[in-house]
Amino acid sequence: MGVQRWAMGRSPWVLHFNTGSCNGCDIEVVATLTPRYDIERFGIFLKGSPRHADVLMVTGPITRQVKDRLIRVYEQMAEPKFVVAVGSCCISGGVFSNCGKGACYNVYAGLDSLLPVDAYVPGCPPKPEAIIDGITKLVKKIKEEK
Amino acid sequence: MSSSYERIFNLPLGPQHPALKEPVLLDLKVEGEHVVDVALDVSYNHRGMEKAAEYRTYVQDLYLIERICGICNIAHTLSFCQCVEGLHGKEIPERAKYLRVIAEELERIQSHLLWLGVAAHEIGFDTFFMYIWLDREISLDLMEEFAGNRITTSYNAIGGVKRDMTPEVANKMKKGMDKLEERVKFYKKVVLSERTVMKRTMGIGILRRDAAIQLNAVGPTLRASGVDMDARADDPYAAHSLVPFKVVTDDGCDAFSRIIVRLDETLESINMIRYCIEKLPPGPLLQRLPRRVPAGDFLTRVEAPRGELVHFLRADGSDKPYRYKVKTPTFSNLAPLREMLRSKGKYVVNVADVPVILASIDPCFSCTSRNEVVKSS
Repeated sequence: MGVQRWAMGRSPWVLHFNTGSCNGCDIEVVATLTPRYDIERFGIFLKGSPRHADVLMVTGPITRQVKDRLIRVYEQMAEPKFVVAVGSCCISGGVFSNCGKGACYNVYAGLDSLLPVDAYVPGCPPKPEAIIDGITKLVKKIKEEK
Repeated sequence: MSSSYERIFNLPLGPQHPALKEPVLLDLKVEGEHVVDVALDVSYNHRGMEKAAEYRTYVQDLYLIERICGICNIAHTLSFCQCVEGLHGKEIPERAKYLRVIAEELERIQSHLLWLGVAAHEIGFDTFFMYIWLDREISLDLMEEFAGNRITTSYNAIGGVKRDMTPEVANKMKKGMDKLEERVKFYKKVVLSERTVMKRTMGIGILRRDAAIQLNAVGPTLRASGVDMDARADDPYAAHSLVPFKVVTDDGCDAFSRIIVRLDETLESINMIRYCIEKLPPGPLLQRLPRRVPAGDFLTRVEAPRGELVHFLRADGSDKPYRYKVKTPTFSNLAPLREMLRSKGKYVVNVADVPVILASIDPCFSCTSRNEVVKSS
């Protein structure tokens, strides 16, 4: 486990999964890849397949329709794996967390009720700087853990 | 088709797929490399937005409606504010009308640049994607300076707008517009001369003029099929009746002409912002309106970056909406999308072209998912 974590701290590959987001967080996640923010200088790379990814980056409130797919994507990832919740909706349900009695009928209030979350990036939407900060903090956590 | 029926098989694309930015399921029916038909499932983004709006007051709803879509949030709040103001029967101050146009057009610029980048990425031209997204940051910086945030701005308020445009911001805006104009013209030159772009987009995703009208396409998708239709010109709102602009059309009917239409529209938006800054009238920003909205129905049309956006509000005299209904441009463009994705006669759709065709309508499924789509045929 030690060597694996050491290697992963150098270059975590990220899978971005949109669980019903308004696109606000998604375009900021994509913006982190582009020349001004350039997340690749930390060795972080956005991948398309869950089999290749180490970190699952989730954006948006988790809708009932997408829940099973989200868990399936998480299970397809190889160990060790980490989850980052990006944006207020993903962390707590955000604007959808209160509709009369409890959360909206089709939304789960918070990602941590479904998956173990390692890092939270608050904001609506978080700025690219905040997303980079969140991932680099996760990388630090990966390196320090035994 | 019946003789070759056995050779048709289903190819699911999504809900998690490298070519997709949002969860959507495209169930493609393919015969070899050719797409014969497609069934779309857009239900993954359904959040119960319309029901949620009924539980909140109008002021709270403003922030909920904004989160229908992160990219065209100003168009959504603009529609919502117009509905509420319409039921009150009140006009907003002149200055606010102009500022709303500036915010709306600035959003259109960033959305079209974002789209052009994504389209370049889908055809495998990643250098172009990086260039465009670097220049898109100019428009986002201006948005942050002008409205207070990069993406979700909360700029429109019921009865006007929230922030004024100071002379410093106006100066920065003018400089930014000059830079953006130069860059967009450069991109147009690249698109018109680069064979990589032409080969991947010309003759792909054909939507003929009659089919576009019959299937109710909207926005740049419709205008790229040669139909001159734009809510800003046909049914002017805010200050659009006072701001001159040209409705851009193209007769190409394919993905390439959709790129050209969006690039020309970006140039038009730049000119509109310049005009609005020049002619910005003095006066207040906000007209205070009562919390309770008089009973009645109101329907409004706004030209969002992706096309015509329709909002409907039914009020019962309380401080909460009785019913709120949204019809988004992507929903209108789904039927034309199916038409584009079906091989017919000499028109052949390859599986490799599906992401390009999907991107060419500039889909935003988070907007669309409040609607139920019933599978036909």
